Amino acid sequence: MIIASNVSKKFGKLKALDDVSMTCNRGECIALIGPNASGKTTLIKTILGMVVQDSGFITFNGNNILHSWQYRDQIGYMPQIGRYPDNMTIGQVLNMMKDIRGRNEDLDEDLIQQFGLNQLMAKRMRTLSGGTRQKVSASLAFLFNPAVLILDEPTAGLDPLSSEILKEKIIREKQKGKLILITSHILSELDDLVTQVIYMQEGKVLFHKSIETLQQDTGEEKLNRAIAHFMRK
Amino acid sequence: MKKIIKYVMTDILRNRIVLFYTLLLFATAFSMFSLEDNISKGLLSLLNIILIIVPLVSIIFSTIYVYNSAEFIELLVSQPLKRRSIWLSLFTGLSASLCLAFLVGAGIPVLIYQANATGFLMIAMGVILSSIFVAIAMLAAVKTRDKAKGIGASILLWLYFSLLFDGLVLFLLFQFADYPLEKPMIAITAFNPVDLGRILILLQMDVSALMGYTGAIFRDFFGTYTGLVFSFTILFTWIFVPVWLSLRKFNRKDL
Repeated sequence: MIIASNVSKKFGKLKALDDVSMTCNRGECIALIGPNASGKTTLIKTILGMVVQDSGFITFNGNNILHSWQYRDQIGYMPQIGRYPDNMTIGQVLNMMKDIRGRNEDLDEDLIQQFGLNQLMAKRMRTLSGGTRQKVSASLAFLFNPAVLILDEPTAGLDPLSSEILKEKIIREKQKGKLILITSHILSELDDLVTQVIYMQEGKVLFHKSIETLQQDTGEEKLNRAIAHFMRK
Repeated sequence: MKKIIKYVMTDILRNRIVLFYTLLLFATAFSMFSLEDNISKGLLSLLNIILIIVPLVSIIFSTIYVYNSAEFIELLVSQPLKRRSIWLSLFTGLSASLCLAFLVGAGIPVLIYQANATGFLMIAMGVILSSIFVAIAMLAAVKTRDKAKGIGASILLWLYFSLLFDGLVLFLLFQFADYPLEKPMIAITAFNPVDLGRILILLQMDVSALMGYTGAIFRDFFGTYTGLVFSFTILFTWIFVPVWLSLRKFNRKDL
């Protein structure tokens, strides 16, 4: 569904992405892991067209995404740090997104209800805590029932109860056959979610394996132990 | 695109600064007209104030607004929208709001006291200058990532168009006083929309007789139909070129 071929991106002298190639298919739940500043967020932003790559190309359903914008209709994106216009209320932000996407029916408001955002609709974005902002970001990502979900550190800043709600939601969406891309540092959380792992370091993809092969290769059951096995090398 | 313009405009019109700007223009215009016993003298004083305030407020407000909308822009870019339409909507929303503020603040008093060709030309000039400086501000804001640098660049640009340019022209005139500079002067005015606006309005007034030989040359050129078409083409180029350059930059910008 998403294919990246030899994508490179430099920020000044820093190579954020170095010849990255990967393939993601429908029904997969992929964990994108790696140390800080390994290019995970840059890769995600390149897929979304927020960062323009220097070389290489990315296709979405067979179409090159460069200068294209319609494909984003099928992506729900939850940023690492959700930043919204300060003066708008939660309700206004949600309505604006519905208005911009031109969709008012067939909405998935599960998360809005489960997070209890209905009671907070009149609150201005400026006054929200980091966790509530994350809840808004998550609700927006799932709102339009997109075929692809891209979640950048989804559970960072969420309380245990809310991250459990979010995890259950991710599992439900996975079962519907959607493609899900998650980055996270909390590997133990990803155990029961992901089917594949992409490990990045210094802008390169070190490996892209299914969770079964990873377990066989390392002889470890748990994801965090398996990854630690690789990091020690 | 209409939807984004709507959100940008409601956001700006709720802003107290724009309201304050409207009131300031309104108060200045009324006091100028009531201070001077001669209405065209009042218009002249108003012209000088407008040529300072309108570019200043347009350029500074727009630059800060673009920087403050960074979150909003980032949010929109991740949605199924063309970057082109995001940027053009931002420009349209900003310039429409500032033009509206000018029309209400200065347009109404001018129409009350001086509803003739000169008055209309002045209103048109205010609207065009607002748009030009919004366009320049957007170019300055997209070129620099740092907010302080971007706002500094805007202030310098305003200084250049309002003061430095005139100083440079005077310097040139004195240095080359022995040569006939009247015709090249017409070309030089094209490099500053503020001066071009000032000359176009002054020529509509009787005071242009005081401008001597240069004034006569200007009248010969700008007074004609070709001259008018030329100056408005130049003014619209001043809107179009910065918008186009900033759009090109924005299309490739990493957010």
